[in-house]
Amino acid sequence: MNKYAIDGTPKTPSISFDLGSGVLEIKGRSIPENSIEFYKPLIEALEKYSSGTKGNTTVNMQLEYFNTSSSKCILDIFKKLESIHKGGSAVTINWHYEEDDEDMLEAGEDYQAIISVPFKMVMVNE
Amino acid sequence: MVDVFDIYDKVERNNILLSFKGEITSDLLTSILQIMENKMDNLQEVPKTKKKVYNVLVECLQNLYHHLDDASGESEDDKTRSAIFMISRTLGAYSIYTGNYILNENISGLKARLDEVNALTKEELKEYYKKVLNNGEMSLKGGGGLGVIDIARKTGEKLEYNFLEIDNKISFFTLNIKITPNN
Repeated sequence: MNKYAIDGTPKTPSISFDLGSGVLEIKGRSIPENSIEFYKPLIEALEKYSSGTKGNTTVNMQLEYFNTSSSKCILDIFKKLESIHKGGSAVTINWHYEEDDEDMLEAGEDYQAIISVPFKMVMVNE
Repeated sequence: MVDVFDIYDKVERNNILLSFKGEITSDLLTSILQIMENKMDNLQEVPKTKKKVYNVLVECLQNLYHHLDDASGESEDDKTRSAIFMISRTLGAYSIYTGNYILNENISGLKARLDEVNALTKEELKEYYKKVLNNGEMSLKGGGGLGVIDIARKTGEKLEYNFLEIDNKISFFTLNIKITPNN
């Protein structure tokens, strides 16, 4: 498996993770009641990926909504990325937020304060 | 006989957009969120208000969903699995009301948590959120207590609550969350 991809639903985001090119994209809504179960396969894919990374990793987070249950899983994902980054393979996290969505910008800044990986805040026009 | 007009009149006078009483399931929450999105579109709310209300609604409803079982089996009929919620809109400000049964032995812990959150300033809530996010244990039931911190942070309002004792085992817990645009 060189690619992990799932489609979005009203409560879960679309995920596309190309382990070959090192591009991870999470888009849409992340408001499932059980986030641990939903994110488990991605966490596992990241673990597999981290053991063989050589090149750079780019992460595009483009969430419209996420619940507090997802927020812990997102932190777990970022912690995996942090260890990849510390291992010498550069990681960049592009955190997208809509122009008027201060809450989403603040959420990105919260992660930025916790995780030692370069964050880029990307404003999206609606 | 049920006085339907009385119920209608109360719903009307309190500007209730949507109310539900019964068991809270995952599918129900999906439907409710869809209905509320449509209603806010029809009301032509600005995206900022829509997002805030939607986010807070998700946390309130999922709190109910995750805690519905807590007092279950403590009563002879199975009413303890039932909860109520209502969403009202008055002069552009939203209120979300939730009500569910809780074991009396769990009241002091919940009250302490709510009072703790209510005592914090906006900046302190931000720090507290980050601390719980980073150090707190993730519970299988959800965000491990992040929900109420997030609600307080996003609304900028105090969480209003009440515990009504039903008998020596259970009480009815009500929570009222206000969302005022531009707050």
